[in-house]
Amino acid sequence: MNQAVKFYQTGTFTVGNRLLAPEQRTVQASIERNNSINSGHRACQGCGEALGARYAIDAAMRATGNQVIAANATGCLEVFSTPYPETSWQLPWIHSLFGNAAAVGTGIAAALKVKALKAGLAKSSVRVVSQGGDGGTTDIGFGCLSGMFERNDDVLYICYDNEAYMNTGVQRSSATPPGARTATTMAVGPAPGADFGKGKNLPRIAMAHEIPYVATATVDDLHDLEAKVEHAMTLHGARYLHILVPCPLGWGSASHDTIRLARLARETGIFPVFEAEHGEVTRVTKIRRRLPVEDYLRPQRRFAHLFGPKGNAEMLVRIQADADKNIRRYGLLDEEATP
Amino acid sequence: MTMQKPFAITLDPGSSLANKTGSWRTERPVYVDRLPPCNAQCPAGEDIQGWLFHAESGDYEAAWRHLTRDNPFPAIMGRVCYHSCESVCNRGRIDTAVGINSVERFLGDEALKRNWRFDPPREESGKRVLIVGAGPSGMSAAYQLRRLGHAVTVIEAGPLMGGMMRFGIPKYRLPRDVLDAEMQRIVDMGVTIKLGTKVEDLARTMAEGAYDATFLAVGAHIAKRAFIPAKDSARILDAVAVLRSMEGEERPMLGRRVVVYGGGNTAIDVARTAKRLGATEAVIVYRRTRERMPAHDFEVEEALEEGVLVKWLSTIKQVDGSALTIEKMELDEKGNPCATGIFETLAADSVVLALGQDVDLSLLDGVAGLEIDDGVVRVDPATMMTGRAGLFAGGDMVPAERNVTVAIGHGKKAARHIDAWLRGTRLAPAPKHPVATFERLNAWYYSDAPQKVRPQLDIARRTSSFDEVQGGLSEDNALFEARRCLSCGNCFECDNCYGVCPDNAVVKLGPGNRFEFNYDYCKGCGVCVAECPCGAIDMVPEQG
Repeated sequence: MNQAVKFYQTGTFTVGNRLLAPEQRTVQASIERNNSINSGHRACQGCGEALGARYAIDAAMRATGNQVIAANATGCLEVFSTPYPETSWQLPWIHSLFGNAAAVGTGIAAALKVKALKAGLAKSSVRVVSQGGDGGTTDIGFGCLSGMFERNDDVLYICYDNEAYMNTGVQRSSATPPGARTATTMAVGPAPGADFGKGKNLPRIAMAHEIPYVATATVDDLHDLEAKVEHAMTLHGARYLHILVPCPLGWGSASHDTIRLARLARETGIFPVFEAEHGEVTRVTKIRRRLPVEDYLRPQRRFAHLFGPKGNAEMLVRIQADADKNIRRYGLLDEEATP
Repeated sequence: MTMQKPFAITLDPGSSLANKTGSWRTERPVYVDRLPPCNAQCPAGEDIQGWLFHAESGDYEAAWRHLTRDNPFPAIMGRVCYHSCESVCNRGRIDTAVGINSVERFLGDEALKRNWRFDPPREESGKRVLIVGAGPSGMSAAYQLRRLGHAVTVIEAGPLMGGMMRFGIPKYRLPRDVLDAEMQRIVDMGVTIKLGTKVEDLARTMAEGAYDATFLAVGAHIAKRAFIPAKDSARILDAVAVLRSMEGEERPMLGRRVVVYGGGNTAIDVARTAKRLGATEAVIVYRRTRERMPAHDFEVEEALEEGVLVKWLSTIKQVDGSALTIEKMELDEKGNPCATGIFETLAADSVVLALGQDVDLSLLDGVAGLEIDDGVVRVDPATMMTGRAGLFAGGDMVPAERNVTVAIGHGKKAARHIDAWLRGTRLAPAPKHPVATFERLNAWYYSDAPQKVRPQLDIARRTSSFDEVQGGLSEDNALFEARRCLSCGNCFECDNCYGVCPDNAVVKLGPGNRFEFNYDYCKGCGVCVAECPCGAIDMVPEQG
């Protein structure tokens, strides 16, 4: 991430760059990447979650020499990748229940520990990743996850956050942002969309467990995402990675806008990107070109009621205030860029 | 074969590859090449983006070889080209245009430093081509024709090669060692040069030399005159003669107070030359305003920095000894200057007329089939061939904008068509890709990088010597500058499409081979199109 040389044609933002040494390129730039989720999966066109999962698991595979077992919560990621008897996964992968991915991960880690001890090794070389959507993480699997955190089990838990239950028809989860229309928070009445003041901020809850590593990422900054996964795989104990993955279906956005929306979420301050170790923020990704939240909200039909002739200027102000709070709280702007 | 399956499992595990999600698609992405605006703009037809690509990796020789496919004079052009490419550069809409001209100069200077040569042709064609004029157009054509294996003879009336590059462009813009070296490099390919030989009768020269084809590029060396009532002892010179005499032993005697009449680049060149020759006053008299001046504004600016004065909206009515009568002008609604009847007097030791140049067409007398229009020779713009078969013309003597870059482009174009003509074929125009517009770029991916500026000689030395005004870029800066190129409209293998496809439907073919789509699985989401930095992917509807 801290590249000494900048390549201005591509910046440091593109997936690859012929001018960079191969070891400085992303995993995704390599012909040898694992493609942990194979083609033929049934995710929608432009699915951010399919992309985020391949980014994260491929990076974990490279970091461990392909020694990863994945446990998966119920959700889009499980349903679109593995309709019996087909699967897209190209690594050992297990799905049990909606709410127990963290617990299954804990169990696998425990089994690996026992196997290693029996083989006379201090640690198993096989690492465990548990993964799920925001519903399986922030709502249904929350108890198991909190347990995994407090026991400091040797599992990397990855949440692919698309901000609602997309698989079952776009119902609100505790990760749905205020103002967003879902099937259960309709854009009607005096306070359309999801309520303000509800929901959970899971990265902060994870930090409150003081686990070794908590990080957020988006699918628009691949270098950052991969570096975080790789760093996480150098650590042991409970680790949590929260990746924002836009959902064209649930967000009502164009399929080609998936990465753009992730970028806008970051550049507006809606979604702060940072790392924390043992409960303290250690690094943030600065905003490069600050934009108003409107730029992020407008392309999404789930926020359509904020705009147009009826519009809702008051809600826009509140959403902007939330983004501004993130910017202050995490210091997302460089000093000179602060307006 | 039936395997023992666990309880409740009835099917063998299968791969999702069985599920050809490409059938969902209504639109498909396709890789395209677009014409970068710089390339589209270049009058010499350089593949600017192509040579910058090599320069970006520090392979300057490959960059120079790629550049010189189209233009054999990068060290010259890196100094005197008006680089209209930079004014259309898409990077200009992000921060500032790529310094194409300064990188070109760096490559040209690097080639001179490292003594890179042009390869002689692999085999001789046995055809003989005559070129009249050793200016930019003639020497460009000589180079291209020699590369194709033709025996080329260049006949030049002047004592040295270079044409207007030598006799029209002052040394402080183009040092003569640079000019000589790039000319000599073409001679070294096996081109025959006859200097100091004026072609008086083209038909006879062509017949006597048994040439199979001829390219005319004699330039425009005759100064246009204006009728100015002048009494005795008035010293009136023309710009062409002044600039030409700078190449000789004797410097022109201009005196301390020099007035230059005209508003083109030549007027600026003469005024700046006069300053360097010791004139205390060099005044340009021009009948319109600075905005309407044909001279390039950066040259006007440099001249003003050096202390050249300009009388805008003025004409010379009369010269009487050392006193000029100047009439003030005003512009009408159409922008044409009109007399006001207001006069003033200006003292001058000499008046230099810089009112444009004409072509000396006397050598064409008796050549059948030629059409002369407005003092220039008419050619087929597609081939540069004149009305007479096998006789081609280019540069300042044909209808076109007059500058070195255009002339070099004419030489190249004519050479290609001469070659085709000699082989008894016609060269079909190559299909051109549509231009790569800014709107097609995803500018997010280009990080901020302001242009590197070339150093300039300080003012004191600029007005007291003919040392080169503009310096070159260091290697670090040239590399940096090359890497500012956006590669508009042409894949530069950044791997974005390969990385951002949610369906792994982009196949990476390895360095230099770009990518292809696997339409079995591509769902047509368009993320690759949106995230391609340089706009090298189109989305097209599926048929049927």
